[in-house]
Amino acid sequence: MIGTGKIKQYANVLDKPLGKGKQEVSLSAFAFLFSELVQYNQTQVDNISELETRLEDAGYAVGARVLELLCHRDKGNRRETRLLGILSFVHSTVWKVLFGKVADSLEKGTEHEDEYMISEKELLVNRFISIPKDMGTFHCGAFVAGIVKGVLENAGFPAVVTAHFVPVEGQQRPRTTILIKFAEKVLRREARLG
Amino acid sequence: MPPAAPRSGDAIFASVERVNAELFTLTYGAIVRQLLTDLEEVEEVNKQLDQMGYNIGIRLIDEFLAKSNVSRCVDFKETAEMIAKVGFKMFLGVTASVMNWDADGTCCSIVLEDNPLVDFVELPDTCQGLYYCNILSGVIRGALEMVAMKTEVTWIRDMLRGDDAYELQVKLLKQVPEEYPYKDDE
Repeated sequence: MIGTGKIKQYANVLDKPLGKGKQEVSLSAFAFLFSELVQYNQTQVDNISELETRLEDAGYAVGARVLELLCHRDKGNRRETRLLGILSFVHSTVWKVLFGKVADSLEKGTEHEDEYMISEKELLVNRFISIPKDMGTFHCGAFVAGIVKGVLENAGFPAVVTAHFVPVEGQQRPRTTILIKFAEKVLRREARLG
Repeated sequence: MPPAAPRSGDAIFASVERVNAELFTLTYGAIVRQLLTDLEEVEEVNKQLDQMGYNIGIRLIDEFLAKSNVSRCVDFKETAEMIAKVGFKMFLGVTASVMNWDADGTCCSIVLEDNPLVDFVELPDTCQGLYYCNILSGVIRGALEMVAMKTEVTWIRDMLRGDDAYELQVKLLKQVPEEYPYKDDE
């Protein structure tokens, strides 16, 4: 019927226009949702490393989709083939879209050739989270580590990504570092490309 | 000092910190996917989403009351308007409308045309019984329960199932008067 409803009905979700990605929700809505994610997963696991794995898996799914969305919308379907290219994509574009700012820093590991670190003073997801003492080294940033892993792996750069707290002098709360350790074949390929 | 005037949904939304809606959408999608993998039964997932929403709602109401400066709602009609115009706007950035009041004024529909939870989502054939946005019904139920109203919230229309909008029916079951938790003589 003409004039019924304001939204055009699309038969297929793939036909719907993507939107510019400028829509926003309140930080508290996201914080509530994230806390429910963590609480639900706490009931499903027995120990901390399983909890981190589950959060990472959730983040992986987000990362895979973010990569597809951003490649199509912001980069005009161009693919990154170089290591530094994909790292700066994660550090700038992905961070800017998801968290509203570029990551604080991107560093190359000094001890190992295959390690890179993205640091952030305070991850958005950790803003309203406090870790009880008996959970030791648990880091909700495992979710963000999962996002980074999802982006890297689906872009063809398999890596092991973890999140760590790094205490900083003069600051009460420790800094968060996302440690990215690339797989052997990525480095070999990078060396071949010169 | 006269009480501060209640703020409009737009004003509050402009003043709170905001995040990209796509992060929110994708995180919610990850949650629903995890639930589907763990629980496998669509009905169980619906219940779990409602429970999660309830847990959020009981805490969300505090923030809502603190930020919006609303005074006590005179009746359920005003409550529903508050939820639709102020509540949805300040948390999700979308406005909803209230319609279909019944004769008693205890049952109404909140209609959402825009829903950030469902961007990019399509329900596969295996999940046809899933109420994807069921977390919203839990949030409303939880929030209202904390302000002394027991309600029942159900989905009437769901765009993921082919309807043209999202419609939630909110039914006031009873007003629970606040009870003083301590006995006077103890």
